Amino acid sequence: MSPIAVTGRLGHDGTVEHPARWHRDQMGHGGPFGRRGPHWLRNRNGHGGPLRREQTDRIGGGVAAGIAAWRGFSPTTVRIVFVLGTLISTGWGVPLYVLAWLFIPAAGADANIFSKARNDAGGIRLAVGLASLLIFVLLVAGALNGGWFIGWAWPQVFSIAGLALIWRNAPEEDQATLRHLLEPLGVATDDVKPNRRSALRLIIAGALMAGGLGWLFSAHASLALLRPLGGVLLVIAAIVLALGPWWLRIARDLALERQAKARAEERVDIASRVHDSVLQTLALIQRRADDPQKVIQLARMQERELRSWLFEGRDPDEADEELTVAAGVRKIQEDVEARYGVPVEAVMVGDCDLDDNLAALVAAAGEATVNAAKWSGAGVISLFAEVEAGEVSIVVRDRGKGFDPEAVPEDRKGLAESVHGRMARRGGTATVTTAPGEGTKVTLKMPRPGFSRGGLGGSSPRDDRAGRT
Amino acid sequence: MSAPRVVLVDDHGLFRSGVRAELGRQVEVIGEADDVQPAIDLIGELLPDVVLLDVHLPGGGGQAVVQAVKTSHPEVKFLALSASDAPEDVIAVIRAGARGYVTKTISTAELADAVRRVAAGDAVFSHRLAGFVLDAFAAAPQAPSDVKPSFDSELDQLTSREREVLRLIAQGYTYKEIAKELFISVKTVESHVSSVLRKLQLSTRHQLTRWAAERRLA
Repeated sequence: MSPIAVTGRLGHDGTVEHPARWHRDQMGHGGPFGRRGPHWLRNRNGHGGPLRREQTDRIGGGVAAGIAAWRGFSPTTVRIVFVLGTLISTGWGVPLYVLAWLFIPAAGADANIFSKARNDAGGIRLAVGLASLLIFVLLVAGALNGGWFIGWAWPQVFSIAGLALIWRNAPEEDQATLRHLLEPLGVATDDVKPNRRSALRLIIAGALMAGGLGWLFSAHASLALLRPLGGVLLVIAAIVLALGPWWLRIARDLALERQAKARAEERVDIASRVHDSVLQTLALIQRRADDPQKVIQLARMQERELRSWLFEGRDPDEADEELTVAAGVRKIQEDVEARYGVPVEAVMVGDCDLDDNLAALVAAAGEATVNAAKWSGAGVISLFAEVEAGEVSIVVRDRGKGFDPEAVPEDRKGLAESVHGRMARRGGTATVTTAPGEGTKVTLKMPRPGFSRGGLGGSSPRDDRAGRT
Repeated sequence: MSAPRVVLVDDHGLFRSGVRAELGRQVEVIGEADDVQPAIDLIGELLPDVVLLDVHLPGGGGQAVVQAVKTSHPEVKFLALSASDAPEDVIAVIRAGARGYVTKTISTAELADAVRRVAAGDAVFSHRLAGFVLDAFAAAPQAPSDVKPSFDSELDQLTSREREVLRLIAQGYTYKEIAKELFISVKTVESHVSSVLRKLQLSTRHQLTRWAAERRLA
């Protein structure tokens, strides 16, 4: 007997409209609230829409993240491929990226940056000017034999021109990213003031760079093969020294930003669901104002949902993944309240995982509760579950009309037969205390073999879940 | 006994007026306050028999009121009233000195009864609080071998009779029904509950705090 059977018996076809579900059906399957967790942790399968630059998970223009979302890759994979491609193609990846930035519209936007840049005569002049300046510099450097460096620098003519256009025409967000990226290259920003330490760092880096480049450029005059290598090392050291702190900060900022965003999303998500659900319930209550029973039912359901959100931090629609006694009792409460409109006051003391015996116990308790809701006429049903070291007991009690156990007609033996039988088969006991006019109390007890009372290991019920030894 | 004089402390005006209207005939509502400091001032001025106290108040929670009043006017009794079932809130206000705790969904008759009981010096536990207390004290290891004797003081454990009474409260029994069920007098039931309350307030069991914290994390 699995606990699922409890659910099945009580059924989901209750007459109460579930406000949250009602709403969700209108929103379409899944709905905006069906997605759980921060978006970059979800396994994407490609969104199937047009290629767009991602605005949230971006380092530069959001091109890599956009491609990743479009095709269902991880953004990190796309970025690594891009960097490798740039290395292999001697730097042509960079202008390619800049062009993508120019031509791919941002997520949620229709027009790309280029369509705006086309009409920006000043920007085009600036781009052409910068490009020609760079070409001139490179021609001079080529004449002096700049070696491999020149080959790498040529593609950047296009990068610089493209970036100039983006800089002038992109929306505020892209400009901020660009400013962030170019910050260490001396582009003035308001929030970062140069201090003496960073100035010293840049001077040392500059000296290393000059030395390294000098070594590289002078290599042609010398036959020493080690010289170019030394030059490269010096240049790399210079770059790391100059840009290292900035790289670190970018990485840290990104991580912080993501955490903050995740928290904010979670909050907004919960708030919107709570508000939404409450509003739906209020709407339903207004429509059903002439039916007090329904109003109470709706109010109870909303109360239960809010409680599980606020005090248990649990999404009420999420199935209880842990199959425990407490989860089973909660399920009984929810189902009986939804189906019969009788409030169930559930109190749980301790908890433990369900095994076959305990699942039978919970199923029997479910049956007893349904019986009380159907026949007792009581305004409220108490459901009390206690997990002790040696046994688990559940008491279902109502103050309803009760009955004379001797006088129960044959066709209504359901309670006695199934509850008693179910418990007895598993080694448990069921005691029904009742009399006409005195309510009914069903006490169900199931021993837990291996957890004898006053147990040898001194294992308390609550510790069982951590690990049985 | 004349009707108890009651002060209502709750930040929801709607709830205060509702309780005042419902309780009006059975107890004497002599004042209302909506925050911690006004409540402390008002209680010091009026010296009611019972303060019906919301656990959640904007200026620092219900236990701040209990703590402030307890030192100057120990005769004023508090009954905590809350829409929240978060155990740490409930335990905190009880340990601060409230004589009982009931949920806001309680019926008017039961609330009036609870006020009278608290005024008479008894303790009032809702079925949920009874569940919390059983849970908190159940966390004690059953085998004494791995427990230092100092934790095993009388304050840190419930007697089996007390557990029995709490179980019945958790099952929704009234004191009268409990007395009938256990073949004891109502007075004895009351003394058991008061004894549990005393243990709850005075016990230094670290498990109690830890238990409440764990409930929050779970």
